[in-house]
Amino acid sequence: MKQLLILSGKGGTGKTTIASAFIKLSDTKAYADCDVDAPNLHLITQQVSEPKKTDYYGLSKAEIDTVLCIACGKCMENCRFDAISTEVIYQVDYFACEGCGVCEAVCPVKAISLKPAVAGELMLYVNGKKVFSTAQLRMGNGNSGLLVSEVKKQMKNASGKVDIALIDGSPGIGCPVIASISGVDMVLIIAEPSVSGISDMERIIKTATKFGTKIAVCINKYDTNLENTDKIEEYCIEQGLPFAGKIPFDQDAVKAVNNGYSIVDIDCPSGTATKEIYTKTIKILLNEMVG
Amino acid sequence: MRIAVLSGKGGTGKTLVSVNLAVVAKKSIYIDCDVEEPNGHLFFKPMVTEEKEISMQIPKVDEAICNGCRKCVDFCKFNALAYIKGKIIVFDDVCHSCGGCMILCPQKAISGRNKSIGKIRAGSSDGVVVYTGILNTGEASGVPIIKELLSGIESEHNKTIFIDCPPGSACIVMESIKDADYCILVAEPTLFGVHNLNMVYELVKLFNKPFGAVLNKCLEGENPAEKFCIEKDIRILGKIPFDRQLGTLNSNAKIAVKENKKYEEQFSTLLDAIIKEAPYETATNT
Amino acid sequence: MRIAIPSDEKNIDSSICVSFGRTPYFLIYDTDTKIREFIDNSTAASSGGAGIKAAQILVDEKTDALITPRCGENAADVLKSADIKIYKSISSSIKDNIDAFVSGKLCLLDEIHPGFHGHRK
Repeated sequence: MKQLLILSGKGGTGKTTIASAFIKLSDTKAYADCDVDAPNLHLITQQVSEPKKTDYYGLSKAEIDTVLCIACGKCMENCRFDAISTEVIYQVDYFACEGCGVCEAVCPVKAISLKPAVAGELMLYVNGKKVFSTAQLRMGNGNSGLLVSEVKKQMKNASGKVDIALIDGSPGIGCPVIASISGVDMVLIIAEPSVSGISDMERIIKTATKFGTKIAVCINKYDTNLENTDKIEEYCIEQGLPFAGKIPFDQDAVKAVNNGYSIVDIDCPSGTATKEIYTKTIKILLNEMVG
Repeated sequence: MRIAVLSGKGGTGKTLVSVNLAVVAKKSIYIDCDVEEPNGHLFFKPMVTEEKEISMQIPKVDEAICNGCRKCVDFCKFNALAYIKGKIIVFDDVCHSCGGCMILCPQKAISGRNKSIGKIRAGSSDGVVVYTGILNTGEASGVPIIKELLSGIESEHNKTIFIDCPPGSACIVMESIKDADYCILVAEPTLFGVHNLNMVYELVKLFNKPFGAVLNKCLEGENPAEKFCIEKDIRILGKIPFDRQLGTLNSNAKIAVKENKKYEEQFSTLLDAIIKEAPYETATNT
Repeated sequence: MRIAIPSDEKNIDSSICVSFGRTPYFLIYDTDTKIREFIDNSTAASSGGAGIKAAQILVDEKTDALITPRCGENAADVLKSADIKIYKSISSSIKDNIDAFVSGKLCLLDEIHPGFHGHRK
């Protein structure tokens, strides 16, 4: 199984729209949405059945037993995250608590314990031979890196014999992105032709290079800024990175997405450009082209 | 008054809205809380007057006193300590700075040393005071930087504070809106936009913050984000139509309201709507 | 010599786990006595620092060498401080790797990758 990951650095570049187009074009039997903070892929890939849901446990959170509590304040005094407050009773702020266990350790009457907390939910959609793995992290939670790894593992375990698996990655450059990149064969970066988009694209390339995965770059909404588009193409040549193509801004794309179907389901400029980028990307992935 | 600008996802127009509102408000303060990828300074290009290093405490073990009991290694929930060949090794990047090892060491062999995690830059640009929070690449949490950014600002009379929040609804966003008086939810007119709008809608409700929505990149035809706002009875403060010219200016890091009267009027109208709405909302919530 | 191999399952026909820090089990194989032992990796579900803790487990088990497809920098630091040698695995079969090690065919692992930093908010 070869894994192709789609990343963007900055949010809002069109990663999910393009990923869903690739899923349609490849007719892949295994795909995943690693944007666990704000998963969107399920909205556009017409799932027919209910998914199998599994609770995902993140950091344990502290809980104070008010019956045992003697209100000495030692917990609040020692909490470095301002997670303990007292209005009427001593209580832990669920969102601020980092599960460090200091309060549990300093409480003289053992009134505090760390309890496993459900940080999110894994979802697996199975439709015949097709598997789609995704997850939703609950509000205010960290640990997205680990959940991303679980999503990919879930996809791998549930899939049968698959040639190419497609992964819609998470935005940003932090831990969840690094977890997305781990173990994949190729990364396609969707760049936005803006000052902030270029800055984020460069940071992503730096991270992906460290992992030794194949990298290709394409530009979305390129005609919103031709100067920056040229800058990106030049940068790719300088860095020796294959440039997979560029997609124009296309109002029809928005219409397609809002109606729940992919840009390659209709006849539109962005769909046509995406098809070309897809062909080139797959050739690079399968070693049929150096790019 | 503190106004926080947030959205469920990156790329919806948080920075566009907060930067341009700060400029039309004239006497204002702009705070960039998107410490992982701050962008506001690219637009303001502020003259930096002050820079402050933000650090957190990492354990330092005095080997002479350490007796190898390993209480610290066994306690650490983040696996930041290891005991090899009679020595404790501390892993800075995994340490959450909870202080537990220091408190629990029976020999009191552990003390704290400072590790820089980022910085705050203060500056100004044409009357707008600009604060930028920057988290060093690879650092775990931006929460301490945001805490510092927001606590240091004295609410100056007559100055509106615009807080450019990080995208999403994770802890750093929660920290950014904690002391906000009013929240602006920026949404785009797509199916994805609604899904993400819902996330921040839930967040502001959870924190009991008064809020309103700004619909960005509006096109002709049905707007799912508008539909959502109507369904949930969310006040729509304004609509910014999709505009190629605006997009180009933004992608070149230009402040739209300074480049074209049309945008100055657009954002002034939006600011008026917010000012009208916000104090009323704040009053009814206290 | 005691060598450790991250293992997907608790049997000798299992494949090597690609993630050192989050492997469910370690096979500890003694090349002198030829005794095999599977130990649980208690740290597999940690939110962070899994590599460090897994390396600590190997140190405590008095391991001499580790065979793995890759290793993060934090775990590598722990292992290097303990003089545990890290070898690059050749295939996904545990058996093949043991044979290769015993016949001196394995190379040391050079490419240490940066850690999956900051599993926090």
